[in-house]
Amino acid sequence: MLERYTTAASTYAHSIDHLFLLILVLVGFWLIVAEAVMFILIFKFRARDGRPTRHVTGEEKELHRWITIPHMLVILCDIAIIIPAIIVWYNIKQAQPPADQTVRVYAQQWAWSFQEPGPDGVLDTADDVRTVGELHVAINTTYHFELMSRDVVHSFAVPAFRLKQDALPGRTITGWFRPNRLGTYDIQCTQMCGIGHALMAGRVIVETRQDHAAWLMQNSNPPVAALPAAPSPLAASPMMAEARR
Amino acid sequence: MSTAVQHAEPGFFRKYCWSTDHKIIAMQYLFTGMAMALIGGYLAYVFRMQLGFPNHNVPGFGIVTPGRYNAVVTMHGTIMIFWVAMPVLIAAFGNYLIPLMIGCDDMAFPRINRLSYQVFLLSAIVLLLSFLVKGGAFGGAWTAYPPLSASGAYNLTPLGATLWLVAVALEFVAFLLGGINFTVTVMNSRAPGMKMFDIPIVIWMIVLATVIFMASAGPLIAGAVMLLFDQTMATGFYDPTRGGDPLLWQHLFWFFGHPEVYVVLLPAMGIVAEILAVFARKKLFGYKSMLFSTWAVGILSFVVWAHHQFVAGIDPRMANVFTVTTLLISIPVAELVFLYIATLYGGSIRLDTPMLWALGFLAEFMIGGVTGIFLGSSGTDIYLHDTYFLIAHFHYTFVPIAIISVFAGITFWFPKMFGRMMNETLGKIHFWGTVIPFNVIFIPLFMTGLAGDQRRIYSYAQFAEQSRPALQHLRTLSTVGLLVMLSFQLVFLFNFFWSLRKGKRAEANPWRSTTLEWTVPSPPPHGNFAVLPTVYRGPYEYGLPGRADDYWPQNVPD
Repeated sequence: MLERYTTAASTYAHSIDHLFLLILVLVGFWLIVAEAVMFILIFKFRARDGRPTRHVTGEEKELHRWITIPHMLVILCDIAIIIPAIIVWYNIKQAQPPADQTVRVYAQQWAWSFQEPGPDGVLDTADDVRTVGELHVAINTTYHFELMSRDVVHSFAVPAFRLKQDALPGRTITGWFRPNRLGTYDIQCTQMCGIGHALMAGRVIVETRQDHAAWLMQNSNPPVAALPAAPSPLAASPMMAEARR
Repeated sequence: MSTAVQHAEPGFFRKYCWSTDHKIIAMQYLFTGMAMALIGGYLAYVFRMQLGFPNHNVPGFGIVTPGRYNAVVTMHGTIMIFWVAMPVLIAAFGNYLIPLMIGCDDMAFPRINRLSYQVFLLSAIVLLLSFLVKGGAFGGAWTAYPPLSASGAYNLTPLGATLWLVAVALEFVAFLLGGINFTVTVMNSRAPGMKMFDIPIVIWMIVLATVIFMASAGPLIAGAVMLLFDQTMATGFYDPTRGGDPLLWQHLFWFFGHPEVYVVLLPAMGIVAEILAVFARKKLFGYKSMLFSTWAVGILSFVVWAHHQFVAGIDPRMANVFTVTTLLISIPVAELVFLYIATLYGGSIRLDTPMLWALGFLAEFMIGGVTGIFLGSSGTDIYLHDTYFLIAHFHYTFVPIAIISVFAGITFWFPKMFGRMMNETLGKIHFWGTVIPFNVIFIPLFMTGLAGDQRRIYSYAQFAEQSRPALQHLRTLSTVGLLVMLSFQLVFLFNFFWSLRKGKRAEANPWRSTTLEWTVPSPPPHGNFAVLPTVYRGPYEYGLPGRADDYWPQNVPD
């Protein structure tokens, strides 16, 4: 259902979409039944001359049933929603699968900037790739992100990933995603952050692993080509070796 | 105890501006609230025009720059909740109905009541003045999250932000004064014979709402004072670099902010219940169940606030607790709606304008209720949080609350308030001209929300996925809906002011209702009751077998 409106490009997007569909079916049923009953009663009991109204308190057993039974069914439906909702939440926000790669996301008025480990696969080394407005990721790779804000509250949202997490100054919030569809997707800021809020756009580019490795090679700082060929700690990294081949 | 003839007729100022009469104070709140609603509606017009027809000159405003856009959406939210829903639903209807419906001459503390309105008026003036200061009105969203709201360097509206905060704090002072007054009055001034379960449900709901308000406002006032210090005295309550925490504000704000939803919902549901009983000629179905459900809603409303903060950076385990409580609150609310629908069973339903509004409230509020489940479920909230799906959801609750139920109440009690009937034909035109466009505004916004439109964005040009033409068509459709809905409000304004002078004279009890306010002349004199009434039965005795009339007023002995 949701996929008709927004592409699903991460592994957990479908679990959110399925939960949405489940809720839609359950509450849709209740909405239609309740509205239908209301309109039928309005029609059936419209004022007509000489027809008296029924004097009931609503506390008679055989009448109050009509409230008690739906009441119980609502509780059942609530449980049927609460359990999957918590499972989906747990899998996305609480349980973090082990990371293949970790990136840093910085929010500030009014731009996104990213720090990715360079070809050595380790953050905070000389070859880290720093970008503004564009996050390059490899498909089918589990990413952890460390989200920080440099000023006010922002929110890091990638609709195609069904990802949303506020960025708070003074805290580092860790989350994860695993892209599973190639393409370029919007990054939004979804928390009011000042007059540039609507300009705070970014893009996440999901590439094949090969393309991503090549992109890292090209953009690492200093560029890998400019490093001394050997002996370098970077050369030990398997990803680097793969890239060399 | 004052009576109708105690004083000589006072001058205009003393009668209308310095009065301690609950009815005059109610009118002051009503007219101030209606004036603020016009401003809030104008602001909606401005930002919807920008969204529907981006970067065009908005007639009557001009070009909507990002800064002005932020100010306009912030003030729209603030005004509609704090200066329209609160004063009209709680203060206007509360002040007007409580003494009349429980059978006393005035509020327990008439001077506190007057002070309450004066502080409220001051708060409205402070808020409106903030449009004129350097930098313009506050543009940091009505939730005012720090650090954005705490520093002029971030929000670029330093004076507007402070005035906004002062205005909100003053407004809270006004409603705390009013709330004390309501509660004390209903506890102490009921007519002899009116037991707890003989109180009309609207009075119960208004009082419960003020109790919820008084119990939840404290933390926010404390939070507002700290924010004011952060803004003006460079303290660091919400500044993480100096040991503060921006999340603290969010908790204080939403600890108030969510109960606030029920603070305005309950009076609205009360008004609707009164009208359903009168126009279905039926006793309310399960009065006690209704009352206990209302209590349950009130209590649960204090433990759901963090569902606004699922993705705000709170401990993710907390979301599970708040998902459960949030879905739990759907049970008493659903129960209330079922009881309302069941009240129609076996009735003799007349579709006069007030009844149309009351039924319209039920039909639309149900949509708002069920769409809340998507947002209260933490799993789906990850995606839907702060999208237009959320906007559409809460407008499907707030428009029925602050607009539809208010029109229900005004059209129902207008004869009592002003002694004249409103025009039925114009009333029905206004009803359909409001309710149909209302759906045209917000159904498209559910869809743009599902497509990922995030809120508080003046232009989607930077976002490739949101720049699809199909989404822009939906936004334009929504704007057209708003233009139609706003233009139909002229019908109401005309009907209101025309009926005020030229409407058919209203008798004391034009709707043949049972509650005490209909036993006094329309409009009621100063002091209300010539002889204070005694109550012999519950408020909804309609269609009793074996009686000539189909209604049996509360004050008529056996």
